[in-house]
Amino acid sequence: MGAQLRVYKRRIRSVTATKKITKAMEMISASRIVKAQRAVAASTPYADELTRAVTAVATRSNAKHPLTTENPNATKAAVLLITADRGLAGGYSTNAIKQAIALSAKLRDEGKDVVTYIVGRKGVSYYNFRNLSVAGSYTGFSDKPTYGDAKAVAAELIEAFTAETGGVDELHLVSTKFESMLTQTAQDARLLPLKLDEVQLSDETPAKHQIFPLYDFEPSAEGVLDALLPRYVESRIYNALLQSAASEHAARRRAMKSATDNAGELIKSLTRLANSARQAEITQEISEIVGGANALADASRGSE
Amino acid sequence: MAELHVELVAADRKVWSGAATIVVARTASGDTGIMPGHTPVLSVLETGPVTIRTTDGGTVIAAVHGGFISFADNKLSILAEIAELADEIDVARAERALELAQSELDAHAERRAEVRLLAVRGLKAHV
Repeated sequence: MGAQLRVYKRRIRSVTATKKITKAMEMISASRIVKAQRAVAASTPYADELTRAVTAVATRSNAKHPLTTENPNATKAAVLLITADRGLAGGYSTNAIKQAIALSAKLRDEGKDVVTYIVGRKGVSYYNFRNLSVAGSYTGFSDKPTYGDAKAVAAELIEAFTAETGGVDELHLVSTKFESMLTQTAQDARLLPLKLDEVQLSDETPAKHQIFPLYDFEPSAEGVLDALLPRYVESRIYNALLQSAASEHAARRRAMKSATDNAGELIKSLTRLANSARQAEITQEISEIVGGANALADASRGSE
Repeated sequence: MAELHVELVAADRKVWSGAATIVVARTASGDTGIMPGHTPVLSVLETGPVTIRTTDGGTVIAAVHGGFISFADNKLSILAEIAELADEIDVARAERALELAQSELDAHAERRAEVRLLAVRGLKAHV
């Protein structure tokens, strides 16, 4: 076998192995999207009920709460960025990071200091590599977040928000919305202080349009709000984590699908090249034999 | 017979839903029983067992850790961060958790484990 042909054969073997791996990753992600979507759906009843209750308390009482009061001279804003723990997910993490950077620039233009909290190793390494400060980071659960994870993240953020001195005045959330298997968009939203006009149910209808009965609040409207609002923030963060996880799997599936397709194309063209190399080798051998035979014939004719 | 519709929802799943005649839950101001036609109420729940008497005479008991209940239009929503039906609870595990919590003097964990065991025993008493 000629050197050329051997090189082609080796490359085909290596690309075939890569294709097997990307195909496996594609199929794993495809099965996980379904699971992640189911998790999003399972968390919706809780989120909706909670949204209704928060809106009911806020509209049926004049209770004031630190989590809903706007600070007119806001000087410090926190950004929670949700990215993936692992790569090979196309532009998933990059898009979220870009969104967060743009949001931070906008907040700085408004004269606010920005502190960043990050979920997912990809975001953490991006910020660390560029020597950007990170106030808190959480890793290890980006592809399968639990309510406990969301609670841990929310606890630190609420603490930063309610701190007497040096606390943050605003809290923004950058996450990836799962719109469909093909479309996932990075988006940012202000989580705190809570603007009740913007509170929405899962089907995107504003919760405020509903008419609420005159509830009795136990122990008191303030007491209920005290207990509800942190839960609401947790549930919003939980929902964002779940949506981002579903988006991560969808992005990875798509990236791996195109990697598999490209590997298939590459194998095809390499096979063509290998075939023509083999053909060229055969042609050369034949012409060498014919040439050699002719030369022999000429030589023997000359000696007669 | 009058009945009310109950939805018991945990943060990550719907635990139970159906029709009931009375629901008893531990709120911040003590045990509260809710029957059909109760005035609309929204109250904070303590860690405790929730007892639901279903219309067909059965009893559903769940251990609920933190959350709240809201009742309006004969519809009762029980929202909890963690909710477990009594027949889902692993007794041996809850007992281990109780021992661990007692040895570590973790009052919250101790209460959670106690409530789990209470819920299981409550169910057995009704069967």
